[in-house]
Amino acid sequence: MNYSYTILILLLPILIFLFIGLMGDKIKPQFSGLLGTSGLLVITLLSYFTAFSYFGHRVGESFQAIEAFQLLWLQFTDSLIIHLGILLDPLSVMMLVVITTVSLMVHIYSLGYMKGEKGFARYYAFLSLFTFSMLGLVLATNIFQMYIFWELVGVSSYLLIGFYYERPSAVAAAKKAFIVTRFADLGFLLGILLLSFYTNTFDFKALTDLNGLAITQPTTAVFMGLSVTTWAMLLIFMGGAGKSAMFPLHIWLPDAMEGPTPVSALIHAATMVVAGVYLVARLFPLYSYTSPDSLEVIAYIGSFTSLFAAIIACTQLDIKRVLAFSTLSQIGYMMVALGVSGYGTEGLGYMASLFHLFTHAFFKALLFLGAGSVIHAVHSNLMTDMGGLKKYMPITHITFLIACLTIAGIPPLSGFFSKDEILVAAFEHNKIIFGVQWLVAGITAFYMFRLYFNIFWNHTPEYHQAPHESPATMTIPLIFLAVASVFSGFVPFHDLVTSDGNPLHTEFHWMIAGPSILIAVVGISVAYVLYAKKNSKPESIATSLKGLYTMAFHKFYIDEIYLFITHKVIFNFISRPVAWFDRHIVDGTMNLIGNTTVYFSGAIKKMQSGHVQWYIWYFTSGVLLLVFLVVYLN
Amino acid sequence: MNLQAEIPLDYMIVLSTIVFFVGLMGVLIRRNLITMLMGIELMLNAVNINFVAFNHYLFPHRLEGHFFALIVMAVAAAEAAIAIALIINIYRQFNTVNVDDVDELKY
Repeated sequence: MNYSYTILILLLPILIFLFIGLMGDKIKPQFSGLLGTSGLLVITLLSYFTAFSYFGHRVGESFQAIEAFQLLWLQFTDSLIIHLGILLDPLSVMMLVVITTVSLMVHIYSLGYMKGEKGFARYYAFLSLFTFSMLGLVLATNIFQMYIFWELVGVSSYLLIGFYYERPSAVAAAKKAFIVTRFADLGFLLGILLLSFYTNTFDFKALTDLNGLAITQPTTAVFMGLSVTTWAMLLIFMGGAGKSAMFPLHIWLPDAMEGPTPVSALIHAATMVVAGVYLVARLFPLYSYTSPDSLEVIAYIGSFTSLFAAIIACTQLDIKRVLAFSTLSQIGYMMVALGVSGYGTEGLGYMASLFHLFTHAFFKALLFLGAGSVIHAVHSNLMTDMGGLKKYMPITHITFLIACLTIAGIPPLSGFFSKDEILVAAFEHNKIIFGVQWLVAGITAFYMFRLYFNIFWNHTPEYHQAPHESPATMTIPLIFLAVASVFSGFVPFHDLVTSDGNPLHTEFHWMIAGPSILIAVVGISVAYVLYAKKNSKPESIATSLKGLYTMAFHKFYIDEIYLFITHKVIFNFISRPVAWFDRHIVDGTMNLIGNTTVYFSGAIKKMQSGHVQWYIWYFTSGVLLLVFLVVYLN
Repeated sequence: MNLQAEIPLDYMIVLSTIVFFVGLMGVLIRRNLITMLMGIELMLNAVNINFVAFNHYLFPHRLEGHFFALIVMAVAAAEAAIAIALIINIYRQFNTVNVDDVDELKY
């Protein structure tokens, strides 16, 4: 098969970005929106075509990685070569489908949601830039190319979070997101350098080749009790944790909700935040064979994040923030699944993680877009301003309900299948993690239905103007994504995307599925009792759990801890002494040299009087002095 | 006539020294630019005396000292031409040839 046309998938978005970005103020805003959307439709169709032809042609039993396009970019030495290219393997093709689908839905949705906004063309330009970067990230053939697109994704996320740049909170959120992820990327870069220094390659194929040098002969160098490979893999994971907002680098994601809601759906729910999962999955053979320790770390971090975020999500009032914490929690699931997975026939966790990534992208984008539709109607983010919306917004209500049932893990919706696989994988590997994830499944069902009942049921507040259903440009993506959420669970994922490309044999375990359905139903019922009608039970529970509730409501004070560390500790104990040293010692030395020169020149400048004969005197006496010295001292 | 027999080299050196310091004093003490120029010419001629004398007394069969004296004369002529041109310009500028009044170039 010839896949060289896939280069178009990368070229089209960047061309659209350049066109809208440069010409945006000369053409009608609606036209740039339509151009962006239709361009993305073409890209989506190309991606689907790629996926069909790729998954339709397996070589023997397994799928092979194909380099559809390869370009020598930088050649520093014989071994230090950087290529730019397109890598097609089950993982990247699956991501291609996810990204283009969600991105297309968001493009269509934004036509309605952003209508009449100032900077409509700019918005579409940035969306195209983001799509370009994200596609480049997943199609990268080597880790360096991935790093470039990784940073581009960070930039476009920054631009889109700060879209409403007149609002100080949006600017602060954009900066926060950029700085936190950039800090994590420092680890990523160090990891890349360490890894490539010891393996002599950037190429994914060479790095993850089971017979390759990177895996068969990992370095034996040890630093602080851990092998250097483990260090490299942990540092690379740090970059992934930053983008995927794993604890303790999660603080930027809730604030990132300052961006327009469709952006949150695209970037901060479905695509960019799973880049960390993608990164670990991409380097999975390396993790699995050379440093199982770092996989353990990933599993525990993922598990902790999912529990932590789920608890916070139960207390938040801003509906987008609830969804943001829910995203954290679900990505935690994916990380757990990768962490507990093995390679090859043991690779259930790997498959489950990516399966969950796949289904989560649809239902989480649906949740965000549904929330956007509600916000569009009510003009508020707070669930206290909402209620009783089910009779005003039937389509949003039904699709939102489907998404909530999906994320809660009710069969036969897609979330049930993927979460079930993760629980099975966790159960086989580590019972504690399984227990935590099982509990989180219940909490997830609870907070999602708390959100659902508070928005669509409960009592109806006095609306200034009656809320109305959103326009068709917004409801069509909702319906499409709802259909995808329902049916994406039936994709034979274990045949398609596995750690080694071979189909994986999976079984359905009632032992796991039964309790997980049970706890989901319990969570939903609790939410129904507490929130379906207005009553005082939620308040009384909140008061009885006073300490814990306040802690969770304030997100366990992580932001405050960061502020304390940066403002109090780092500023006072590092930055100020360094600034003092710079101002007084470094600058002082230079000033001393300068001032001394000025002082002495002031003292001797009178010698240059302009009287020629004095100069001759100085000269003659100098010569005479030298003559005396030479004659009498020798 | 045998100069060497009648006038020893020391006399020549003493003469050139006297001429040199007369010239130097002229340059250092006189305020008139033309007179200072004359002092410089005296110093150059003192050097010429040395060249010729040493050549004649120490290396009678060679001619470098004589030639050097000739070159110094040529240079002195050129220098005088330039110096007089400068002095004329200074006079036009400042209406004086007193060196103490020409002190614009200072700190």
